Amino acid sequence: MKEKEIKFLEESFKKYYFDHFDLIHVPERTSEREFGYQKFNSGMTRHISLKDDKELHLLLMQNIPSDVYCSNAYYSFPNLSMKEKDWKEADLIFDIDSKDLHLGCRKNHCVTKCNECNQVTHLSDFCQNCKSSKLETKSLPCNNCIDASKNEVKKLKNILMEDLGVEENNIHVYFSGNEGFHVYVYNSQFQEIGSRERSELVDYIMFKGAIPETFGMKKMKPNRSSFPNFEDKGWKGRFSKEVFGSKSKRSKIISELITNGYSNFQKNLETLSFKIGTQIDPNVTMDIHRIFRLPGSLNSKSGLAKVFCKDLKTFDPYTESSFLNENSIEITAHCPIEFKLRKKKFGPYNGERITVPTYAAAYMICKNLATID
Amino acid sequence: MITLGKDEIAKYPFLADAGQYLKDKGFTLQQFGTDPDLKLSVEKALDRVQVSADGKIYKSDLIDGEASKDYVLEREVFSFLLAIVLLKLTGMNTLIKRFSLAEARRAEKYLEKDLANITDESKKELAIRIIDDLFSIQIKKLDDYFIIPISNYLTHSINFHEREWKLINRHVENGYVFLTPHETVRLIRKELGNYINSKIINAKTPSMIPGFEDQVAKLVNLSKKFVTHSVTTGEYPPCIKHAIDVLEKGENLPHSGRFMLATFLLSRNQSVEQIAPLFKNAPDYNEKVTLYQLNHLKGTSGSGTQYSCPSCEKLKTQNLCFAIPECNNIFNPLQFGKKERK
Repeated sequence: MKEKEIKFLEESFKKYYFDHFDLIHVPERTSEREFGYQKFNSGMTRHISLKDDKELHLLLMQNIPSDVYCSNAYYSFPNLSMKEKDWKEADLIFDIDSKDLHLGCRKNHCVTKCNECNQVTHLSDFCQNCKSSKLETKSLPCNNCIDASKNEVKKLKNILMEDLGVEENNIHVYFSGNEGFHVYVYNSQFQEIGSRERSELVDYIMFKGAIPETFGMKKMKPNRSSFPNFEDKGWKGRFSKEVFGSKSKRSKIISELITNGYSNFQKNLETLSFKIGTQIDPNVTMDIHRIFRLPGSLNSKSGLAKVFCKDLKTFDPYTESSFLNENSIEITAHCPIEFKLRKKKFGPYNGERITVPTYAAAYMICKNLATID
Repeated sequence: MITLGKDEIAKYPFLADAGQYLKDKGFTLQQFGTDPDLKLSVEKALDRVQVSADGKIYKSDLIDGEASKDYVLEREVFSFLLAIVLLKLTGMNTLIKRFSLAEARRAEKYLEKDLANITDESKKELAIRIIDDLFSIQIKKLDDYFIIPISNYLTHSINFHEREWKLINRHVENGYVFLTPHETVRLIRKELGNYINSKIINAKTPSMIPGFEDQVAKLVNLSKKFVTHSVTTGEYPPCIKHAIDVLEKGENLPHSGRFMLATFLLSRNQSVEQIAPLFKNAPDYNEKVTLYQLNHLKGTSGSGTQYSCPSCEKLKTQNLCFAIPECNNIFNPLQFGKKERK
């Protein structure tokens, strides 16, 4: 990113932070958290400790960060080095990203930008201008991506409440500010568990590592009565609904499963993991020292804010998380895909000079698809 | 400290304060070396250690966890306490480890029985309390199951490598894992073994007691059987180190782990004869079977197929992967360390 674009984004971000202090708060137990931030075209500054909202707002005004982060962990000394922090516990966190869902729509709203000649084209393996293979992929997620991510959040919430015994009011869902959702679990029995234990929870949620015996299939002489039922709780019930479809088909399908044998059953379980398992980023949940994007802060990949989703069903990220101002700005846009922000359509643009509101310009500049001349 | 009844001390002797117990009974250690009647307990103690060294569980004189006569009960506790004295005098860690594991498995049987006891509520309560006090697992009874909080379960189950212990393969509901009495006590076997082990390690070593020399000499001799000739030259990846470690501790390494270890070492040009002794400490070791299996893997017997070491990905699914940063970007344990040599 060049200086002009950085200056524009910094000014826009600063204005947002100044105008919207009401949206950006330090989390509870502030003094036990580690904060960090990044500036445009710069590395990460972390191991910061803050006392209250005032100190946070000061940090935002003084540094105008591109991204702000806060630990899900609680420490005795959050500002000391990792070794000396004295880890106490950590909220359970989940990252659901539409790019991990392998959706068919992705090819329609992804563009590639050549790192050699800056040519922007629809998704491709090499640059159609200079034939270079050094390409960067940029995605402008569509409604289908958002709906699919919402569905994963729904699946996750269901497992958290039904299986893991988490109360609904302790589950907070946020739009990440780009392509997915962040889910936090507070005050649960899992606060103090370590990384290896969290990795087991990940496998459980993603339906990974299941063995045929768990679902009634034995290597030798499988018994029809040990297969799960529709009424079963947890994965057995979900398995039944997915595999048997309806109660009337259960008996016939069990016969087929037995005929197909043990190793085929194992393969089926692996395939099922993508269907019924929740697609979360395992690394995020397993990491007990992560600094995670701060709610209310802007995401430099889009210029949109990470916002709390009160009602996930009706939540529209492209209206409810766009907070940058409406001032017009002239840019050169290389954005061959149409996108919608605040119910207004933009693009496609093929290298033309256009005048658009700041929030739309920032969206394209953050994705490296527009420049200021 | 849990207050134990007479029968309970015999079932769970590791919970007793050894010194206090002998004192209460009016005996000193020296008397066991000289008094012919008491010496029987020393012989019993020796037997108890010897049986554990063979990977077996000492057969108790208790019937259904209860002593028919008071002296049977006393001898039962004495033999445990004296076994510890003998082990301390012998000073061989390998015997202590084996003894701890065997005693843990012995206690496991009683715990399981007590947990499943439907006629005597107090027995069940005590078992639940032992598990809570020693291992901080809060167990509740629900219908035919024992339920424990998932977080509690995970801190113990992550030490198991068998996939059946993965949370995904458990009945999980509303924040709890459902277990049978057998599974409940199985969950703490390792910790129970560690608990007994640490109690023995932390016990004071007495000076030699006259009359104990023969038993100690027998145990020193016995421990020689377990010295393995190490073939661990060069840097092994963490998965292999872990497998060797498990076997050295005399713990059970699952089939997939043995397969990984054997195929890895065969690929590193170790001979069948060099590898076989590594499995010597396995609870179910049988020399003939081990040699047969190793030759099979090498391709010198059977179909002639030479089996190769499983990929890292496969080991991950089998929970045999213990990756460290140095593993970076390798696909197979055999690649470990190769990059660094460039």
